[in-house]
Amino acid sequence: MNSRLLHDLKRLLGAEDVLHAAEDLMLYEYDGSVEMARPDCVVFPRSTADVIEIVKLAGRHKTPLVGRGAGTGLSGGALAREGGIITSFARMNRILEVDAENQRARVQPGVVNADLSLAVAHLGLHFAPDPSSQKACTIGGNVSENSGGPHTLAYGVTTNHVLALEVVLPSGEVVRMGGEAVDPPGYDLAGVFVGSEGTFGLVTEITVRLTRLPEAVKTLLAIYDSIDDATETVAEITARGITPAACEMLDGWTIRAVEEYVHAGFPLDAAAILLIEVDGLREVTESEAEAVADVCRHHHARSVRVARDAAERDLLWKGRKNAFGAAGRISSSYYTQDGVIPRTKLPATLRRIGEIGRKYGLAIGNVFHAGDGNLHPIILFDQRNEQQFRDAVRAADEIIEFCIEVGGSITGEHGVGMEKDRLMPLLFSEADLDLMKRVRGVFNPAGLLNPGKIFPTSKGCGEIYVRPQSGAPSP
Amino acid sequence: MSMAAAISAGLASIVGSRNVITDEIDLNAYRVSGIAPRAAVRPASKEEVAEIVRLAATEKLALVPMGARTKLGMNIPIGPYDLAVDLTRLDRMVAYDPDDMTLSVEPGIPLHKLAAALGAHRQFLPLTVPFTNRATVGGTIASGVDSPLRQLYGTARDFVLGMEFITGDGQTVKSGGRVVKNVSGYDLHKLMIGSMGSLGVITKVNFRTFPKPATICGFAAALDSASAAAELRRRVAGSPLRPLTTEILSPHAAELISIGVEQSCWTFLATYCGTETVLARYSGELSELAGPAKTTVMDEDTASATLDRLGEFASITLASSPAAVIAKISVVPARIGGVLDEVASALRRQGLRWAAVARGAGAIYIAVLPGAKQEEAAAGVLEELAQMSNRHNGNFAIPWLSTEWKTATPAQTTQRSDWKLMRGIKNTFDPSGIFAADPTAERK
Repeated sequence: MNSRLLHDLKRLLGAEDVLHAAEDLMLYEYDGSVEMARPDCVVFPRSTADVIEIVKLAGRHKTPLVGRGAGTGLSGGALAREGGIITSFARMNRILEVDAENQRARVQPGVVNADLSLAVAHLGLHFAPDPSSQKACTIGGNVSENSGGPHTLAYGVTTNHVLALEVVLPSGEVVRMGGEAVDPPGYDLAGVFVGSEGTFGLVTEITVRLTRLPEAVKTLLAIYDSIDDATETVAEITARGITPAACEMLDGWTIRAVEEYVHAGFPLDAAAILLIEVDGLREVTESEAEAVADVCRHHHARSVRVARDAAERDLLWKGRKNAFGAAGRISSSYYTQDGVIPRTKLPATLRRIGEIGRKYGLAIGNVFHAGDGNLHPIILFDQRNEQQFRDAVRAADEIIEFCIEVGGSITGEHGVGMEKDRLMPLLFSEADLDLMKRVRGVFNPAGLLNPGKIFPTSKGCGEIYVRPQSGAPSP
Repeated sequence: MSMAAAISAGLASIVGSRNVITDEIDLNAYRVSGIAPRAAVRPASKEEVAEIVRLAATEKLALVPMGARTKLGMNIPIGPYDLAVDLTRLDRMVAYDPDDMTLSVEPGIPLHKLAAALGAHRQFLPLTVPFTNRATVGGTIASGVDSPLRQLYGTARDFVLGMEFITGDGQTVKSGGRVVKNVSGYDLHKLMIGSMGSLGVITKVNFRTFPKPATICGFAAALDSASAAAELRRRVAGSPLRPLTTEILSPHAAELISIGVEQSCWTFLATYCGTETVLARYSGELSELAGPAKTTVMDEDTASATLDRLGEFASITLASSPAAVIAKISVVPARIGGVLDEVASALRRQGLRWAAVARGAGAIYIAVLPGAKQEEAAAGVLEELAQMSNRHNGNFAIPWLSTEWKTATPAQTTQRSDWKLMRGIKNTFDPSGIFAADPTAERK
């Protein structure tokens, strides 16, 4: 990297806040996906003023700039695909203000998702988006990726909980979008910014909506001998007009992997389990839990159990949220996909995933947000086996192609990043992508911010995917 | 052939001459901000819309897309205006999957027709908005009008899943999709919501639908002052209850909406739904929270009718005075009481008739209803309301303004740090400026 730029960055932030030694940079060459890319340096701003100066220096040296939270992303969004500077928000991690009465909090981007909920729990509030990585991932990252989580079925994703943003544009200008009060004038810039995957600007402050904790919560575990029975249960719960707070499904393979690791009490011989949560007023929760249990039994659930207390509920959720970690114990590498389908297409899609797994001789586990049709097939592969890696990527692509075929989408909550850029033309026309690029140009005209993301970098799709550098990471 | 004739011939070649309106009297129905267009055109497909937009770009015609024209009385920030694009013939339901709870419709479909189709499957869209009997989906989304139901369901930005639209260069563009969770590409459709037709012509909107509440009941409490009503709202917001709507109505607003409480009082009004046990819990707990205030529990029919009329607040107040103007101050919920108290004293001082409704989320609508020769006083009040909004860190707007008003207080857009980006968005979607509306235009 340009030594003048490095010198200027060190002078600005202090040498300890600029990493550029190869061994330090290795930590930043991956995220939670199978992608890799090494930055030229990593910087740690402590204030909006620092970010402004970093952006200006990057602009002056025409150097790519990538924002990064905790690096838990699953699509390579926070990787420096074209090298350059990674701006880590690890040191901008303060909760600036909690306004309990108005149910708002103003935070810096590096605040960890779960930390905010913990900090406001005594006020009876929480931050609703709850990605599986919530104990590590940051709110800045959630904003960039428009993150979801199991409870987004009833509560919505990040974009539904962001009111205002302070953003540093590549020009060095600081812009505030949205507002503390509802209905700010003009176009909904905050709305289009959330989910722009770091290609519009660097977020330096976020005003989020806090949600009242429900009075009562009931978590049900339903155990099935057939996957189809489980998926039909999901469809009927919806048909009865019940919107559970969460409705998660694990298939038999995943159940066994999780159980050996977490000991959540999942039966090893089950074909599928549903983890369904209802919350709200005590009376509503009672009747909905009964109705849900009724539907489960009607669809031949072997057993339906309601968690007795918070400890049991936490254990069930631990089982669900550690599904990916459990996969890591079995296989040296795995590839988590993130397709979306209309909920009614669940049975057909799961059958197709099974066929694809058999075709390539790959084990594929399924753990997903059944209630909103957001699938997370986990494809296991051996990173030392080049052919297997290629097959895993092909299998993943075939799954996504099927999702699109049945009217779904290529990503529900992980983002496009550098993982799925080549799949975008399957969903969007040239005109769609062209307008999106021109909108990016309004914010980021020189394209220095997070280059090589979202948009296909080469023509067409289905070309042979080149394995990134030295192999996929182990979790 | 004159230029006007050439243009109408061009339009006729796209949609057929029957669907081109050039008669001056007929064009009065297409007036926006008092300006009549030179022609109106009624396309029946997105391809026709795209051709019209391309023709407009070539001929440098400024156009306004519209549906049932129920909201042309809104304060639309408009420049020159040549062509009305009437989308009422694009009225198909493209897809409705009740089991997936998703919906895709063309913009011209009337809300009431849609409600009937969804109702057959015990589903609905939480769009209880003005002119529900005639308004179209496209106009509702493009104008960004809100519903009292936003308390529980949010606004359109929370349940529109995707959109297709024609940009100023005649390109057909889509964003989002028709699944309930999706982060593929930028959410461009969020920019379209409330953009007043300034960025593109909507040709399709995808929604997530919701289970329709089986039984809706209501609760009203009569209170001495706005701040007492706001205090009750605060207590309800801090309780475990999750009402469908929570609203505060000024005395005259309660009268116009026929709540049936004492007319001299401010009203706190909540609607909620659920089983019998749940409904009993709501009415019991709300009464308790209301303390000594006089309270009324509304049965199902009254509550539903009241909810509909609440949604019609704009249309009801506009009908009650020919020179009516509706201002909007949006603040954080804790400031609702303070703002309403100030609003009440400012309007009383001017001797004006007025009505106000505050949504629990913090959107406050103030209808100023001047009598004869009171226009000047009303204009003064608008200025005062704008200042009041500033003092409370609010967002000020004048969403409804009759054409007699020429003293519109400018929206705040141009004073914002993101104004330049908004300009950039307008120029990107509409490079040759053929969409007449422009919320980012600099005004004096």
